[in-house]
Parts: sequence; C-alpha cells; structure tokens
Amino acid sequence: MTDLLQRARRVGAEVAAQHAGAVDADARFPRESFAALKAEKLLGVMVPAEFGGAGASISDIAALCHALGQHCASTAMIYAMHQIQVACVVRHGLQSAWHRALLQRLAAEQLLLASATSEAGVGGDVRSSVCAVEAEGGRFKLSKNATVISYGADADGILATARRTPESPASDQVIIPVLKGDYRLEQTSTWDTLGMRGTCSNGYWLHASGDVEQVLPLPYADISAQTMLPTSHLTWSSLWLGIATDAVARARAFVRAEARKKAGSVPSGALRLAEAVNLLQLMRSNVVAAARQYEAALGSAERLTALSFAVAMNNLKTGTSQMAVQVVNHALLICGIAGYRNDSNFSVCRHLRDAHSAALMVNNDRILANTANLLLVLKDDPGLFP
Amino acid sequence: MASVTDMIRDVIREGGALPVDIATLGDTDDLYTAGLTSHATVNLMLGLEEKFDLEFPDRLLRRRTFESIAAIRTAITELLDEKVAA
Repeated sequence: MTDLLQRARRVGAEVAAQHAGAVDADARFPRESFAALKAEKLLGVMVPAEFGGAGASISDIAALCHALGQHCASTAMIYAMHQIQVACVVRHGLQSAWHRALLQRLAAEQLLLASATSEAGVGGDVRSSVCAVEAEGGRFKLSKNATVISYGADADGILATARRTPESPASDQVIIPVLKGDYRLEQTSTWDTLGMRGTCSNGYWLHASGDVEQVLPLPYADISAQTMLPTSHLTWSSLWLGIATDAVARARAFVRAEARKKAGSVPSGALRLAEAVNLLQLMRSNVVAAARQYEAALGSAERLTALSFAVAMNNLKTGTSQMAVQVVNHALLICGIAGYRNDSNFSVCRHLRDAHSAALMVNNDRILANTANLLLVLKDDPGLFP
Repeated sequence: MASVTDMIRDVIREGGALPVDIATLGDTDDLYTAGLTSHATVNLMLGLEEKFDLEFPDRLLRRRTFESIAAIRTAITELLDEKVAA
C-alpha cells in the first residue's frame, strides 16, 4: 500500500467516518475531514514534485477517492471535485507563470478548489456559457449565475467557465481559476437533498475579477475532453465504488454473523452476497480498466480527444453509477431490517441515498444521448486488447 | 467539377453546422471559435461521409480533424487518395 493511501485510510476511518452521520444529518461541509486532509497534505498531492506536491497519478487519486468513499461519500465527492480542478491546472497550466505559482500555493497551502461550470440559462449544458470574460487593459471581469458551486463557501478558489469574449458563441469557452479575494459570492439557492448532503451544492452569483493571464490558454472544449471529463468520471466512479464496497462489507459482516449463530447451515443472504460480490468485481474492473486506459492515453492529445475515448469514459460513468445503486440495494436485501435501520451497525441507508446521486450528477440520460450521438459516426473496434 | 473545398463548404452550409455564414470564414479559421459544437461536429462528419461517399476511420474521429476547412480537406484528401489506391 502506498503511503498516500495509508494517510487517506487514516483520515477516512479516524475522522470522516466519525463525522459522516452529522455531516449527513445537518447537510453541512465536512470540515473535520478537510482539516485532516489538509494536515495530511492530501489536497495538493497531484501537484508535480517540482512545485512541492507529491506528483500523484490519476490511479493514486482514484484509490484515495475509493478509500474516502468507504467512510463519508460527501467527503470523497468534495475531494474528487477538488482534484478534478487541480488536474486541469496541472495538465494545462504549466506554460504560464501565474498557474505555476498557483500550483506552488496548492501544495504549500493545501488550498481547496471548487468548480463553477453549470449556469442558469443553458439548459444544463456545461459546454455552453451565457457569461463571458470581459477583458480590459490586462484585467478581466466575470459575473456568472452559477446554478451550483459545490462547497463554494468553504473553497479557497473556484475554476469558472465562460465564453472567451462577449462576442464569442456560447460554445467557445475558456476556464479561469479565481482565488479568494478575487471574487464575491451571492447565494441564490440551498442544498437540502436525499443524499450527498455534505457537498453543500448551493447556487451562487459569482462576481470575479483578475489578471487576464489567469485564463487557461487551451480552449475549455479541449480541457474538458482531455482532462475534466475523464478525471471526473474516474474519480466519481472510484468513490461510488467506495460506497458500494462499504455496503458490501456490512453485508459480509451480517452474513458472517448469521453463519456463526447457526454453524453448519448457509445463511439465506449468502447467495445474494455472492451475487453482490460478483457485481462489485465488475464495477471494480470497469474502474481499473478505465484508469489504465486514461493513463495510457495521457500526454497524447490525439488519443484523449478521440471519440472512442469519450465513449469509453461516458460508459464508465453511466455503468458504475447504475451499478453502485444495484450493489447497495443487494446489501440492503442481505442485511434486511438491520440494513434499513439508521441506528444499526449494518445500516446501508446513507449508502443508498448517496449512491442515488450518481446517476443524476451529470444526468445519465444526457451522457447516454451524447454517446448515442457519437456512435452515429464511431466504427466498431473488433480487437479485445487495445 | 466542384473542388473538395467547395464541397466541404456546401456540407457546412447545408447542415447548418455554424451559427455564422461559412462564406465569412477563411479556410484556416477555427470552426470551434466560430461556434461549431461537439454535437454539430458529429452531424458534420455524417454530412461529409455522405457527400464524399467515404467513412472516417476512428483514428480521424477527433476534434482537431474538423477544426478548420483546411484540416477537413487534409483528412478528406487522404481518404480519397486511399480510395483511388485501393
């Protein structure tokens, strides 16, 4: 086990797990988890070593999200969303002095980054913007009616998408990191949901200003295809797998306890547990294969922007998000009323509520429609191994 | 006979792939900056396959292949040459 993973497991078991119930009940930011993640220097781990980070790979990050997801899904989701933003700066900001300085601060100060991609008025299409960067004399201004900025109030910086100029079409977007002090947030909506209650995904008006050099140079379309989408789908899938893994761990413990009570007979839940473990293995294989595929393609803009790669990452997301609910549901059936209770060691209630967010955060129907469109031109790949 | 470039321009115009008139754009202008969306790119690929009676292999199905009329022409010319050679 890597040292990073050991540290994440420690934060998960000793801190996130202890406060997960309160975070869920009060729909509040998991501040204890993030204080511990900062103390363990786990927020800046993806920053390359030359800027003071640990140079963690995408597989490392996926493993950390998986570890945290087993204890507090909200903590794991915020951690994942933060790393997605860091990945954008790491992969696309090395050519600019401003972004290199940001990388140093991410490592030294363990800053927490949030995201403002969704916006009122674009029908949920994050690849379109209404707001635009208004540049003048080396400075810019930006006002965005962001329908969601998860943990916006607790973040140290936000990556916001916008049209390149006020004259640009809706699809010609850029992405800009803005740091606390550069912006003001006006809350427009609250977050009282079925699950993932600790992500505090309120809506805000974001009013930001800064230097034009803060704008990442590559078009957002490329950053999205090469980094944001694959990193999102991989980290999310990993934490959903973490939720499912812990639900199955509870079901395993339940079946073992039953088996001990009636030694010699196989408990009724054992067969379904075998099924659940089978599903979990499929889910895990899906995540591991996608992580390998992404790492093999890294560094090649051609491979990362290929339609076949987009389809593979879309499938990862739609597949694992559905399986997470399926696996947790199996765990619920195995644990029975003990699983259905909130006050039992075998409870999988929060798991189930959290897992239901998976199909909705970037709705699977939208992703499937995107895949369906790409399949109109994509040809079959007859090979087994790429 | 219409040139490859003219035929590409016809497909872009007929498919309504852009929010602006293609006649206002040069051959090397960035189509994405002009408003070509990912969704419209797929329709453009389909239109080109129909117009030139060819199929884009997966290696050409990526964003940069369709970033300008010149880039599309390079891909189409390559595929047409392959067809002649076959």
